[in-house]
This record gives sequence, structure tokens and C-alpha cells, in this order.
Amino acid sequence: MNKNLGTTGLILNEPLLWEKGSKGRTGFSVPESDVDASPLDSELVGDGPDFPDLSEVDVVRHYTRLSTWNFGVDTGMYPLGSCTMKYNPKTNERQARLPGFAGAHPLLPPQLAQGALELMYKLERYLDEVTGMQATSLQPAAGAHGELAGMLLIYAYHKHRGDQRSKIIIPDTAHGTNPASAALCGYRPVPVKSNENGVLSVETIEAVMDAETAGIMVTNPNTIGLFEDHIREICRVIHDKGGLVYCDGANMNAIMGIVDMNEIGIDVLHLNLHKTFSTPHGGGGPGSGPVCVNDKLEPFLPVPRIVEKDGQYNLSEDFPRSIGKLDTFHGHFGVMIKAYSYIMSMGAAGLKKASQLSVLNANYIKERLKSTYHLPHDRPCMHEVVFNDQNLQAYKITTLDVAKRLMDYGFHPPTVYFPLVVPGAIMIEPTETECKQDIDRFIEAMQQIAQEAKEDPELLKSAPHRSKVRRLDETTAARKPCLAN
Amino acid sequence: MKEIHELDLPDDVRYAEDHEWVRSEGSKLVVGISDYAQDQLGDIVFVELPEVGAKLSKGEAFGTVESVKAVSELYMPVGGTIAAINGKLEESPELVNNQPYGQGWMVEVQPGDPKEIDALMTQQAYLEMLKGL
Amino acid sequence: MRYLPHTPQEIDAMLQVIGAGSLDDLFGTIPKSCCCRLDMDLPKALTEWELNEHMDELASRMAVSPEYKVFMGAGSYDHYVPASAQYLTSRSEFVTSYTPYQPEISQGTLQAIYEYQTLATRLMGVEVATASHYDGSTALAESLLMAIRVTGKKKVAVSRLVHPLYRRVVQTYFDPTGYEVVELPFLQNGRTDIQALDSVEDLAAVALQSPNFFGCIEDLTAADKAIHAKQALFVVSFTEPLAYGLLKSPGSLNADIVCGEGQSLGLPRSFGGPGLGMLGSSMKYVRNLPGRLVGRTKDVDGRDGFVLTLATREQHIRREKATSNICTNNSLCATTAAVYMASLGGSGFRRLAQLNHDKAEYLKKELQRAGHAIPFDTPTFNEFVVRFPDGFEDRYQQLLEKKIVAGLPLECHYPELSDHYLLCATETASRTDMDSLVKEVGS
Repeated sequence: MNKNLGTTGLILNEPLLWEKGSKGRTGFSVPESDVDASPLDSELVGDGPDFPDLSEVDVVRHYTRLSTWNFGVDTGMYPLGSCTMKYNPKTNERQARLPGFAGAHPLLPPQLAQGALELMYKLERYLDEVTGMQATSLQPAAGAHGELAGMLLIYAYHKHRGDQRSKIIIPDTAHGTNPASAALCGYRPVPVKSNENGVLSVETIEAVMDAETAGIMVTNPNTIGLFEDHIREICRVIHDKGGLVYCDGANMNAIMGIVDMNEIGIDVLHLNLHKTFSTPHGGGGPGSGPVCVNDKLEPFLPVPRIVEKDGQYNLSEDFPRSIGKLDTFHGHFGVMIKAYSYIMSMGAAGLKKASQLSVLNANYIKERLKSTYHLPHDRPCMHEVVFNDQNLQAYKITTLDVAKRLMDYGFHPPTVYFPLVVPGAIMIEPTETECKQDIDRFIEAMQQIAQEAKEDPELLKSAPHRSKVRRLDETTAARKPCLAN
Repeated sequence: MKEIHELDLPDDVRYAEDHEWVRSEGSKLVVGISDYAQDQLGDIVFVELPEVGAKLSKGEAFGTVESVKAVSELYMPVGGTIAAINGKLEESPELVNNQPYGQGWMVEVQPGDPKEIDALMTQQAYLEMLKGL
Repeated sequence: MRYLPHTPQEIDAMLQVIGAGSLDDLFGTIPKSCCCRLDMDLPKALTEWELNEHMDELASRMAVSPEYKVFMGAGSYDHYVPASAQYLTSRSEFVTSYTPYQPEISQGTLQAIYEYQTLATRLMGVEVATASHYDGSTALAESLLMAIRVTGKKKVAVSRLVHPLYRRVVQTYFDPTGYEVVELPFLQNGRTDIQALDSVEDLAAVALQSPNFFGCIEDLTAADKAIHAKQALFVVSFTEPLAYGLLKSPGSLNADIVCGEGQSLGLPRSFGGPGLGMLGSSMKYVRNLPGRLVGRTKDVDGRDGFVLTLATREQHIRREKATSNICTNNSLCATTAAVYMASLGGSGFRRLAQLNHDKAEYLKKELQRAGHAIPFDTPTFNEFVVRFPDGFEDRYQQLLEKKIVAGLPLECHYPELSDHYLLCATETASRTDMDSLVKEVGS
């Protein structure tokens, strides 16, 4: 075992922006005016915003110091379950910054925007191909926005058929965004439980599916990291009663080139370009959540849609059944460029290999840690594995303590306390871009932490010890919110 | 979290299955949440209460109580009209943690049927229920 | 493949630990009937150098400055961005981190967003601002839904001078809810006809945009009185936040909710996204706000620190009863905006805003001098409407070939406004370029 990755170095403090600077400084070179000054009606004029005046050096040091307090994928392994924190290729950043893309006005006439339109058109076709679906819209700005798009499509489908429905089936393993997105369409969530194997059984769905139910929102592979092996039958039950199947494709990283979503009965799914397709998370966005549909839902996709004729690309509003627009312009084009660049770099074989290796890494961790941490569902997993803190309860050590202690070892903690169906869940998603040595190091850290739990539990309860700040008082933050200076 | 024997469960109040308590005070009933409930929730950061005058039936939600990472609905243990709310909780929600049966009370109800309170659990019955959880 | 680190030997060693014979065996739990995938038909993988060539070629087929002179704003603005802003927000630690759910190792993002929230409140003149939304249109839709939650009423009014594409997004969000959107007409001076409110009852909110889609600065003082007399919330939307460097902020004019697009604050136009949805209100509505919030607190040793807070409003806790389904914010965009605002400072922001106004006024006056009509006489910021001669459309097309985009034709959004064009001039428009535009459009 190499030395522990985590260590302490020189961390510089940095005050808030407005505690720095001096009136009259500037970090911006305002152009000289080449036109006459033109005063504005004084009734309309305000004082201007109260921003601090800083020099360029002030600003550069400020944000450089702040950045060093963050942990990113480029810092180290980030096995955050459900979030697919894979490596974000640097060439993608270069492509997104090309002046032709970065400087493009979104309302340019199509003949002056052929490069962007071609890229978007082709990315849509590639995502069709990866999922097996018939058509894709890139407009949704994030995963939850893609879910909302999916729900709006289902709503529009039923409405068009004059068959409005009031409920939607949502398994207990779902992301919280699922019921929230459904609620925006007025659907009342009908929760269903997964069975003792951690998946949905056909009987459970049969028992709740009826003519009042618009469909089901499933996550497959699900949030316990398992493939829903009855998915075909479940889709049949839903379809027989006139419902539609929405699939949360957040976990697509496990099954590229392996499962055809259209073939197994999915009507609509969203993808997270910031998960499966390697675009960075940016500290919480921007993401991009394209929505892919089969032939039943294609007429309802958002407009404008990109159409191609004789190698010329155009924007068309001519889809009368469309749900409309989801954001001001075309969605997060800057993110799409990165996903396109990733697919072009990987090719079909590379994407399939990525899925295989993500599943390999997760199963390897599962096998090596299951004698140390409790594994509620001991069966082959997909790209993520869910343990819990049951084996540590004797020492009054919780999942949170393990997570915080992992930081001292130089790892970002896994997702904790999700999915809700596994109390004290520790959800590990290594992704395919972690190499065996780093995974071994992570496993050894987890084992050592379990040992520490027995021998020196206080070490865990007071962790982390090596970060810029230690555990924070979230209670006071919520009781007496201080949200701006 | 507290072990069952560590819980403070006074015998001058009645308990509901959703862990609210009710105390008779003159013609009115005072409602709060039990020591068990506040302990399960952890540090309470916000309490949302109904308007005075609201008419609510037994089992209907009358508000929510929030900790940092959870929200729970509060249910009427008896039906009636909200006669008063505990305004102090807006500034000091921690009163629910510190004095669940005292300054941490939530609403005062003018009951529709004063006998409804008799259907609620006694301290002993509530304790038995908690043991079964 | 350079992103996949496994050697064949390592794969074998790992398979052995798992007890699987091959990579395919790992998928044994997927029923055969679901493993029906034929090979994906995708282009052959490119090397990094081939990819550069391919992407350069695509990007070359885009009309951008300096080759093209684009006098178009309409929700997306051309501003100078200091190299430092792009450089700082390219730092891996900001770019490759997730949502700051583990605050001890996310203080960089958290402090940056807290500072963004503060700068945003000062810019909009409100007490609290969220950590950001997708863009201006979704921020408006969420603001109106918020007003419905706050007031318990089910109808909103939106000015026709709110960006037409924002209104379409609002329509998409509202369509399945059963809530009603009524549109307020505009007057001949290019401002919203606020008196049209007289005939509408039971409004949760009234939304105006200022400067509005025609570039005109709305009379927010009059709107405040009329809207609050109706017991509706006063929502002000914007597409060009730089305007508040010069104008009174909507919050200072009693707007209850202020929302809009922050692309102007240091973000590339990037064919329309990602942008920055800004949203703020007074503190009394804080528990009804959609989206993330960062708050200041202390750690166990008493050091200052920041955390995500008031999360019980959000979907991962309140699920179907959440104030929104939003999960992400556009964090990196908000950070960029904060770097940009900090770089300009209060003094710089003011000067830049004045310069934008002066440039647009110059172009407006020169076009007027050349005989073109300025149909709306209300003061504007850096955009305005001009009426070109009948049949200008052909000339517009010819100018495109000369690499000039002479504004946005308004007819597609306002059928009654044929030959009306929305033009924009920011600090990037030189006098020479504006003079040549005036010359080229003819008289």
C-alpha cells in the first residue's frame, strides 16, 4: 500500500469579495468611448450596484484560492453513486471554446449556423443509436428538465387521445426529481415497493396499473445498481392498460451497446450528458438532459426541431402536436459540443467498453468489500453497488462518519443515504475511468476505516480532520438563514 | 437517538399514532409533538402552522415540521378550530426539541367534539406502541 | 482508448476476483430477451488530432465576430469577457466537481456561489437570490409558479413585451397545470399597457420585462402601484442585466420577484446556452423559492464556512410537494458571472452600462438621421426597434451575404410589425461598424 493520499498542505485563507479591494480599482479594461455621451432620463437612473472594486490580481488570487478548497474528478476518485463522475476529457473543453461555437448568436439565420445545427442534428442521431430510440430532443437543460420533458410528452400523448389520466407509478427507489417532475404535470405519484431482490416484480405493477394511470417512471438499471430484470413484462402490463413507460436514463453508463431501450418497451427516456457522456458537472451544472422517444411520442417533441434536407440543416416549428419550448433557445449547446466530442472520440466499441469496464469496476469493489461492509443485495450489480452501515452499528458509527473519514484518505465520499429503501446506504459508483490501482487504494481505505470504527470510533465521528473546514453547523444555517451579505 | 427508557412521556397528555400529544386546558386542547417525535426528527429548524380560525378535521394535516434534511406533516389528533398558534416557534423552533410538552407546544384547538380526546392513547398505550416500532 | 485505463492483464485479474469468465459474463443478470443489442452504428473513433480538425471545420461554418457584424441582441448579448474570467472558471476544481453535498471539501464552490448570490441580490435590488436556474425563461416560469404558491391564486398576467420565447416556455410549463396566463397588450410608445389590468381579476402575479423586448424601459413605478392595487405579486423579468448598472433595479422599485437571464455577465453566447437563470425575492418568500441556496455558517471549530441550506424546499426531500423539480443549478455559469461582476466592480459596471447606452443611442440617432423611423419613443438601453422601408427583407438578405446581421426581424413574433427590426449595440460595436451598417441599410 502506498502512503495515504490524504495529507495536509498549506491552505490559504481568503476573505469574502467585499472584504477586499478598494474603491476605484478595476479588473476590467473598459473600452474608450468613440461616440458622444448620451444622458438618460434621470428619473430612470439608479445608483448602480454596490459591487466591490477589485484589481485583476485581487480577483485572480481570490478565485484561485477558493478553487483549492474544492475536490473534483481531476483531484481524485469521486465514486459518487448515481452521478457517474467519470473523467472529463480536456479536448472537449477545447472544442466547446472554439470561437465559431462560443461566439455564435442563437438566433442566427440557419444558413449562418450550419456547423452548430449539423452538430446538434448528428448528436441527436447518435443518441438515438446509443439508446435504440427513434428520435431525440436536445432542449432539456438538465436531468430533471429531461424528466419534466418526458412527463410533458406523456401528458400530451394522453391529452391528444382524449384520455386524460391522473396518476403515475413511481418505485420507492426513484430519484426525488421523479415525483417532483410528475407533480408539475398534475400527476399524483403512486409509490410501489421493490421486492426482496431489490427489483420490481410484475405482480406489484399489475396490482396498481389501471386506466387512470398515465404510466410508470422507472430507473433502469435502478438506483440500487441492479438491472430491472422483469422490465419487458412490466412494460407490457403498462402498455396493455394504455399507459406509457418513462425510463430515467441516469444510469445509462452501464448498458451502452448492451441494451436496446426501445426494444425492451421504453417509450421515453432522458439521458444525462453530464453523466454518461463525460461532460463536467461544474460544481452542480450546467448539465444537459436530452429526451429520447419512440414513434408514439415523436410528434410531441419540443420545437424547434432540427431537420435536414440535402445536407442543409434547418430549424422547423412545423410539428403541431409539439409540447412547445422548454428553454429560451436550443438548450445547453456548450454542453452538447462536449458530449458530441466524447462520442466521436470513443466510437461504438469505446462506448461499449466503457459500460463493460464501469460494471467490472463496481463488481470488483462489491466482491472485495462485501466481507467488511454489509451488502443488502448480494447479487451481480451493474455500474454501482450499494452497501450500508449495519456492520458498524455496534460501534455507533454511521454511514455519515465513514463518508467524512474517507475525505481524510483523499477520496470523495460515495453517495450516502440514497436510495432511501436501503437505510444508511453507501452507494459507490467508481466509473470506468478509475484504474485498478486507485480502486485498490479506495478499497483499502474503506477497510481501514472499518477497522478504525472498532478501534478508535472517535476518529471517525470527528472526521474529516484534513479539510479546509470541518463539519459545519447546518442546523443554525437553516434556522437563521444567512444567504447574502 | 434516545433509547425508549430515556424518553420523556408525561401522563397528563394523550398521544396520537402520528406522535402528536394533546392536553386538556379548560375548554381548549393544546397540541404538540412527543419527545419521541422530536428526537427522531433531530434538530428542528422550521415549524409551519395553520392560520388561526382554520377548521380542520381529525387526521387532516395542520402544518409541517422541518429538520435539516427531513420534512414531516403534522396531523390533527382531534377535529376542531385552531384557536391559537405558538408564535414563538417562528423565531425559536428549537423549543420543540428542548421543551416538547411546554414552550414547544404548537396549536390550541377548540374541539368540535370534546370527547374525541378520549379515543387517543394513554401514556402506557403509547409506550407499548413505541416498543412495537 | 486513452480514457480507459485497464490493461488486459488487469481486466483478467479483476474478473478472477469477481469469479466471472469474461466481460460479457458480467451482464449475466440481464435477461437474454433484453440483451438484443446489435452493434451501434456510430462513426469510427477519431484521434484527438482528427477530432480537432473535424470540430474546427464545423465551427468554421458559423457566422461570428469579427468576420460578421451581428447587431442582434434579443436575449443574447455580445460583451467583452476578460481573459481572467474564462481562465479562472476553467480551473479543474471548479469544473470537475459535483454539487457541493459534502461541504468540507466543496468550500470553493460554496463560497463562490454565496458571493454570486450576494452580487445578484445587489444587482437585482432584492434580499435573497437563488444559486441560479437554467436560463431566463425557466426562471420566469418558476417565478410565476412561485407566485401561484404564495398567493393561492391560479392566474397570471404576462406582458406581450416579455421576450416572446420566454412566454412560450411559460406556456409549456403552465399547459398541464390548469393555471391561466393572460397577455397584456402594449401601447404605441413601446411600453406595456398596464391599464389593461383593470379588466382582469384574481391575479397571482403580473410579469413585465424591463428593458422590455423592444428595448424600452418600462415605467415600473406606475406598474408597482397598479399591480399591488390588484393584490398580485409584481414580477420583473430581464434579458440584459447590464442595464441595471445604469437603471434603478427592479427590487428598488418594489418588484416582489425579479428574474432573468445572466448571459451578459461574462458568459459566451454559445448558440444560446448554457446561460444563467437569475431569480430573487424578498426574504418573506424564501421558503417558497425554487432551487438551491447556499448559506453561511460555522464549523465545529468556529471557522466560517458555507453549506447548501433550506433544502427541505427541494425535490430530494419534499419530492412531489417540492417548490420545483429543479435539481442542478448552472453553478459554473453563476461562478463565471460572479468573477465577471467582481472584475468590473461597481465603478466598472456603471461605466460599461453607460457605454452600452451611448453606443446604442449613437446608432439609433444615425439611423434616424438616415431617414429610418424609430417607432417607439420610450428611452432604451442597448437595444431599440427601427422601422426600415417597406420590403426591407430583400435588403436584409443581401446584407447577410455582406456579413452584416441587421438586427432581428420582429414580424415572426409580432405579425403586426412588418419591417420592424430589433437592433442592438453593445460596447463591442465600434463607431466605424455602426457607420457602415447605417450606410449599408440605405435610406
